[in-house]
Amino acid sequence: MFKFLTDRDTWQEVFDSLSKNKLRSILTMVGVWWGILLLIGLLGSARGLENAFNRLFGDFATNSVFVWAQSTSKPFQGFQEGRQVKLTLTDAKKVEENVEGIEFVVPRSQSQAMVVRNFLSGTFGINGDYPLLDQVQKKKLIHGRFINQNDIESNKKVVVISEDVYKQLFEKGVQAIGELIQINSMNFKVIGVFEVGNMNMGPSTDMHIPFTTFQQIYNRGENISWMMITGKPEYNIKQIEEDSKLILRNLNNVHPEDKRAFGSFNLGKEFAKMTGFLSGMQFLTWFVGIATLIAGVFAIGNILLITVKERTKEIGVRRALGATPYEIKRQILVEAVFITLLAGFFGIISGGWILIALDAAFGQGPDATMVNASVSIAVVFIALLILVILGTLIGLIPAFKATSIKPIEALREE
Amino acid sequence: MLTISKLHKSYPIGDSSLHVLKGIDLSVEEGEMVAIMGSSGSGKSTLLNIIGMLDEADEGEYILDGVPIKNLTEKKAAIYRNKFLGFIFQSFNLINYKNAIENVSLPLYYQGMKRAERQELGMFHLEKVGLANWAHHLPNELSGGQKQRVAIARALAANPKLLLADEPTGALDTKTSHEIMAFIQQLNDEGKTILMVTHEEDIANMCKRIVRLKDGVIMEDVFVEQVRAEQYV
Repeated sequence: MFKFLTDRDTWQEVFDSLSKNKLRSILTMVGVWWGILLLIGLLGSARGLENAFNRLFGDFATNSVFVWAQSTSKPFQGFQEGRQVKLTLTDAKKVEENVEGIEFVVPRSQSQAMVVRNFLSGTFGINGDYPLLDQVQKKKLIHGRFINQNDIESNKKVVVISEDVYKQLFEKGVQAIGELIQINSMNFKVIGVFEVGNMNMGPSTDMHIPFTTFQQIYNRGENISWMMITGKPEYNIKQIEEDSKLILRNLNNVHPEDKRAFGSFNLGKEFAKMTGFLSGMQFLTWFVGIATLIAGVFAIGNILLITVKERTKEIGVRRALGATPYEIKRQILVEAVFITLLAGFFGIISGGWILIALDAAFGQGPDATMVNASVSIAVVFIALLILVILGTLIGLIPAFKATSIKPIEALREE
Repeated sequence: MLTISKLHKSYPIGDSSLHVLKGIDLSVEEGEMVAIMGSSGSGKSTLLNIIGMLDEADEGEYILDGVPIKNLTEKKAAIYRNKFLGFIFQSFNLINYKNAIENVSLPLYYQGMKRAERQELGMFHLEKVGLANWAHHLPNELSGGQKQRVAIARALAANPKLLLADEPTGALDTKTSHEIMAFIQQLNDEGKTILMVTHEEDIANMCKRIVRLKDGVIMEDVFVEQVRAEQYV
């Protein structure tokens, strides 16, 4: 068999019978070509979407939950229902100390403020933050730096502003770093400008000042607006959420089953939903792609079957001239596999072109819908392997059909 | 060369069966040129097919060149056909997407001969039928007579012991028929054994022996004075 495959005559025969019947060969190939094209196009797009999604969420620690205080819904220990609960720094510390699997807890305070620079002004959200925020939600700084520990310890009046705030408070081309802006009539030095990403917590017009500075100027004392709890990767964030809330209820004299007292937003849960959706999409892609591929291979089998019918007489002549049934089968099988492979290669190449086109259309810039839409080489080879196996199996049908007719009947066919 | 005795063959037709050959006894020596004649339905084509190992007899004995032809597998039959027999068909049966020389060397391909040798031998046989200049033409670029000559070259390519011709002139005009017959006679002169089925009296008379079949039995088996075809050409 190996010698047969390296024999020039074999390929001469295959090439002759395929090239002298061009229309038939092309029609046969279209099925497989289309199948593999779709498979690669779909898989590549799905990968591109996934990559884009990961990039979007890449700035967040996805294993996080945000917790804030609301009013109680149940009376407890002498307190009436509807009491406004307040979160404190002590709460944050206790949560960090007592809940299992916590990476870190970042307290945060929030307010709105009128911000003025020369003749430009606006109302923006002010956040009192720790440097750790950078680990929960990565800030991409265009200029300068983020708040550091030194700022916290010395209650420095420094501010990190968003790109959008910069655009509202500064004239075009003005260097913001080192400039002073007035927040509630107090001068703050701008130490950093960050880029507004695709995913944001809160509005894009945001600024961050050191947490301690915030507590001082707003006279918050121990009170905080909310806390961001990030779990270790191996722990279930949903469990951490439940445990933290239970501790918080306990610390604040809230009924253990009071669902309203503490609100939360579980980033991990939302993220899981999205990744679930993505893997669903990937499954669908594989399913559709492989189904199309199989349909294509069947198209090959079908056309080869017609071809064999058409070539009954030729096969009869060949057998009269001394071709054994094995030789006839082998010939038809090689034709089937060869045409499948050839179509497969074309499919892979044009699939690649489609991905290049998709990348050019949707894959450019930071807001790209698809990032690096691609298919791994392994997947391509597996697809090819499946094609060859299916092509062989399907080629067996017409091959056996071709030799099941007696040569005398084949010759009689007019 | 070949010996046939008490050969029977019937084909099933619905519930009943059609008894086509009802005990044929025939023996052909090397170098003979035999015409098998008979009206349609007389069983002459069936007989030729059995001799050609394209079909198998139900009963009786068939010995070709000392080899009993019985219960052959398809593979064995194919090898014997390739080794012993050359076929010439009424409708030429050339492969239409292969040129003349490729058609001629096809039996050699199935013998496993190397390409260069094959081409050389194919060319030799094409020269023999006078079509060397047409070696690279496709069948549809050739006339009927030329096609039949290519087919004859193909039948000769594997140097078979026996040439079987099924109405070789059936699709040709009289003049071309005579050309082809002249050529076949020449092959016989060179020693090839030839068996042909025909229903044309004048073609049969160009052979050396005429076997007449009727309703599955041999009616007459005579040696005749061969009419040379050259005189008409």
